[in-house]
Amino acid sequence: MSWKNAFSSSVGKKIQMSLTGLFLILFLLVHCYVNAMIFYNDGGEKFTEAAHFMGTNIVIRITEIGLFAFLILHIVQGLSLWMQNRKRRNTRYAVNAGNATSKWYSRSMGILGTLILLFLVLHISAFWAPNRASQTMGNGELDLYGMMRDAFQNIAVVIIYIFGCISLAWHLVHGFFSAFQTLGLAMNKYKGIIKSVGVAFSIIIPLIFALMPLAFYMHWIQ
Amino acid sequence: MEHYNMNLTLKVWKQKNTNEKGRFETYHVKDISSEMSFLEMFDVLNEQLIAEGKEPVAFDHDCREGICGMCSMVINGRAHGKWEQTTTCQLHMRAFKDGETIVVEPWRASAFPVIKDLVVDRQSFDRIIQAGGYVSVNTGNAVDANAIPIEKHMADEAFASAACIGCGACVAACPNASAMLFLSAKVSHLAMLPQGSPERKERVMNMVNQMDKEGFGSCTNIGACEAECPKGISIENIARLNREYLGAMFDGGSKNSI
Repeated sequence: MSWKNAFSSSVGKKIQMSLTGLFLILFLLVHCYVNAMIFYNDGGEKFTEAAHFMGTNIVIRITEIGLFAFLILHIVQGLSLWMQNRKRRNTRYAVNAGNATSKWYSRSMGILGTLILLFLVLHISAFWAPNRASQTMGNGELDLYGMMRDAFQNIAVVIIYIFGCISLAWHLVHGFFSAFQTLGLAMNKYKGIIKSVGVAFSIIIPLIFALMPLAFYMHWIQ
Repeated sequence: MEHYNMNLTLKVWKQKNTNEKGRFETYHVKDISSEMSFLEMFDVLNEQLIAEGKEPVAFDHDCREGICGMCSMVINGRAHGKWEQTTTCQLHMRAFKDGETIVVEPWRASAFPVIKDLVVDRQSFDRIIQAGGYVSVNTGNAVDANAIPIEKHMADEAFASAACIGCGACVAACPNASAMLFLSAKVSHLAMLPQGSPERKERVMNMVNQMDKEGFGSCTNIGACEAECPKGISIENIARLNREYLGAMFDGGSKNSI
């Protein structure tokens, strides 16, 4: 019995969820930092410079492969745990305790995660995929700033993005704390601070993300 | 405290055996005193059913003083009823109003098959304990209890974890039917004491493996277990279990593991 348990046991699978989740949280931080450059309102100059670095730097590009691997692991493992856990109670309760004993978002991680996944498919195919495709074809990077400005003139797109950010926020409220709990770091001494930082993170990051399409749509930035 | 009598409608889960499908049966009980315990109310119901020549409802109970963990009932969706840190036998009828309808179900988990009506088979817990929830004792003279000094706060925490009565309310309350609160309490109270420490790595590995084999769900840190635990076991124990598990895993575990 050894490290192989990380793949076979229920606790091991949860540790996978936790570590990949924490990596995705770090990614959100970087992604948010880079994209927030649009708020300089300088016609996308600073943003394009940062996006160029992120799109061409060899270290970032290698990390990107890891990011996708972790993302896929998080999704596959999460969905399989969700489906397995549902089978652990063949006859459901006629009356459920509901919110009396737990939070709705803690019970809905699978659904929230699926909503984020659906959003990600749209999001990646709108920006990341065409940009990388263009680079691979040797046509250079695309004008991501211009693409954002154009895409977010459509109210439907803006609403989908804001909805995606709300799903992310609720997913994070549970996920942030849960990641530390699974690693065994959430002792009573640190529980409060982890929960507080988690809630702050879950509000601030998705809020900044949600402001991006809104700012373009409302012409706060040109 | 106000004393009153009440008439109640009960919707109770009736199931002949493990294999047959169960259903809800509706019963009416009259003049139930607010001072009765929930189980005494069931005694009244069963006497009434016997007098009517009907089959009584099978339910588990033993000590009736809140320490044995037998009285497994999900009452209106809550394991052991809505009172905090209370077993069903300590839940009193003053928690209910006259004319109320009460839905009573057994613990529902694939790892806890229903034997009859509200009685479930919790031997999966016994097998988890058998996999490592003990301290191996060598024969010889009994060792003096205070021979090994133990830090006060460790002794207190170990005692708080050891308060687990193995009732299974955590499994019943968990949306994933996970046994992690039970398991973590058992792993914790032994790992925190010097007597339990030498076997801690193989213990956590073996007990988690056994839990997975029994068909319990995995923990997603929802916290419903903690809210329903009659002994107030904290999910900090689950964090400790995870820590123990990580430690054992990266240390290559134990050569004695299954």
